[in-house]
Amino acid sequence: MFDSSRFKRAASLVQTSPEGWPDAPLQQDGVHEFYAAQGQDGSAALAPPVALALLCGVQARQPGEPLLWLRLAKGKQARQRPYAPGLAELGIDPAAIVLMRLPDLQSLLRAGVDCVRHGSAATVVLEVDGRAPAFDLTASRRLALAAEQSRTMVLIVRSGADPAPSAAHSRWQVASAPSVPLPADAPGGPVFDVTLLRQRGGREGLNLQLEWDREQGMFRAPLSRGRPALPAVRTGDAGRRSAA
Amino acid sequence: MREGAAPPDAAFALIAKQRGAQRIMALSPAALKLGLTAGMMLADARAQEPDLAALEHRPEADRALLLRLVEACERYTPMVAPQGDDALVLDLTGCFDSLAMDERGVLDDLAHRLSRLGFHPLAACAGTPDAALALARFGKRSLRELPVAALGLGEDAHLALKRAGLRTIGQLADRPRAPLAARFGKAMSVALAHLLEEQDRRITPHRTLPPIWVEQRFAEPMATVKPLLGVIAWLAGQARDLLVARGRGGRRYEVSLFRTDGHVARLAVDSGLPLRDPADVVRLFRERIESLADPLDPGFGYDLLRLSVPLHEDLSEGQERLDEDKSGRPDLAPLLDRLQVRFGAECLHRFAPRDEHLPEYADRLVSAASRPEAWPQPEAGEPPLRPLFLFEPPQPVTVLAEVPDGPPRRFGWQGRQHRVVRQEGPERIAYPWWKTVEATGPTRDYYRIEDENGCRFWLFRHGLYGSEKADPRWYLHGVFA
Repeated sequence: MFDSSRFKRAASLVQTSPEGWPDAPLQQDGVHEFYAAQGQDGSAALAPPVALALLCGVQARQPGEPLLWLRLAKGKQARQRPYAPGLAELGIDPAAIVLMRLPDLQSLLRAGVDCVRHGSAATVVLEVDGRAPAFDLTASRRLALAAEQSRTMVLIVRSGADPAPSAAHSRWQVASAPSVPLPADAPGGPVFDVTLLRQRGGREGLNLQLEWDREQGMFRAPLSRGRPALPAVRTGDAGRRSAA
Repeated sequence: MREGAAPPDAAFALIAKQRGAQRIMALSPAALKLGLTAGMMLADARAQEPDLAALEHRPEADRALLLRLVEACERYTPMVAPQGDDALVLDLTGCFDSLAMDERGVLDDLAHRLSRLGFHPLAACAGTPDAALALARFGKRSLRELPVAALGLGEDAHLALKRAGLRTIGQLADRPRAPLAARFGKAMSVALAHLLEEQDRRITPHRTLPPIWVEQRFAEPMATVKPLLGVIAWLAGQARDLLVARGRGGRRYEVSLFRTDGHVARLAVDSGLPLRDPADVVRLFRERIESLADPLDPGFGYDLLRLSVPLHEDLSEGQERLDEDKSGRPDLAPLLDRLQVRFGAECLHRFAPRDEHLPEYADRLVSAASRPEAWPQPEAGEPPLRPLFLFEPPQPVTVLAEVPDGPPRRFGWQGRQHRVVRQEGPERIAYPWWKTVEATGPTRDYYRIEDENGCRFWLFRHGLYGSEKADPRWYLHGVFA
């Protein structure tokens, strides 16, 4: 089961009204959509929603349960390839992931339903790029039904598209947010700007910033943490890293 | 007879260029009746028959045709081997029961099927491959009537035997062997023993013999593919019994569909774990049949279905319960098998670490069936130092820096300007010059960068300013979450 207390804690830390915040923002047997926030010029960063989806998937899974990640082999998505050392740096075990690269959207949806229906994976992450007319209400309803049956969490990452009606249980908009700087003004850990666009039977429009804490395996509010004691190696770390 | 443009009753020759002359390699039956012989020069033949059509002789096409016949003949026995350019050898040992035919029946059936395809087969049955081949080639009824040429020892030996007054194998068989061997060598006595069915010769089948196979023949050809899965399920049930008896499970299943006209279609499925439950096998075949780009064409119908298990592994009874792990989720392996059958093995991957210095080679995608490998833990207390996505190839960007070898201040990518708010670096990654002598490349200086919107990038300068390059270029290599 998804550890809702972590999300709650994060929510309370940023002073949003805790009573308005859903009990379990991401239910285990539901479909959740993560939209990449679009800039004024229409560009959308793919990495934040994918990372958030994977991190939620990792949180939801029991040890030993696999995570399936489906994306297209061609097109805009394929130019950015998932980088396993980067996954490991986020605290996601690359060994737990099975990556499927499919030729077109039709097969992606078909394989997605197969994966969800089978129920062997804790989480199935689907990357759907663009407006994707094939991914309609029927397709998402099919996924939702399969997810309920097999208790699989389905996380759909949409990029380059405006939020559209679907059978998803919750819909989020995700963008990067400025990180908490480390000494010498170095960029810190990942911070996400998350907006709850829709929640079935819950309130929407909540906005909060979440920082991923790899060591604790949880999200927290970025600004309220105490500054940890930093290792002395950071000052001269460039030489150390290139030697490593 | 060969496949060709000419009608079978027309006189034509197949020619090839040999030692500068067009020579006849083979002739059609009609051309043979005109008194022409293979080996003549085309010019001589045309002098006799000015209208003789000549076509190019293509041995590789003949070979392919022969191999197609091998496949078609696998309906009788899996032990089928091509012999020379124009013959097939079938080992029918132990096959008559399942065929429900005797020797005569097999010969008639074979002749019937081949003549329907337009061949004029010569077939014979004997105790050894050599005896059967000789009987078929020379058209004799008994081995003793065969001419000595049936030994296949070469022109000189045959001539010497004839000069000695030995014209048939029967005469040869009556002589004591020792003097013959002394005169003509050991090859002679071996060939004679093979021919007289005294000593057997193994044939090497064209297709490796599957360790386990089961088959189903139909009295009436199956003209649609609908009942196919049902038959496969029934065959898989039989195969399961064989596999259980041996304590094995199949890793690869193959179905051969023999069409009445000699065409053979083959479908194979692979599984990551050994399996033998008919339901699992049928599920894989259903995926396979549905994913065929070119659907099965039953033509005039399939009259034989064979399910073989070319690859199997140990699978003891006790292992069947292992798939229920404590989380209560089903095992992933059957799903991966199905996806693999439907979308192709090249779609499914796992990440595997690779001990390489350059970041783009530090991981690789391996087949999903491979065992997951352990990854090194990231260093505690550090932010992610490697990006989530990597650009392949790295994207060129325009960079404005305060000093040429310093960190970037602004950079432009895809027509957008990003102002650098925070940065860390450089992380210097040298080209792995220690690997080979000729491996040289510019050093890369990597910077972790955050722009004013909070987007985090991984940029590098390609080449050290001054010492390696006068004007090093900048590239965007990845994006962080």
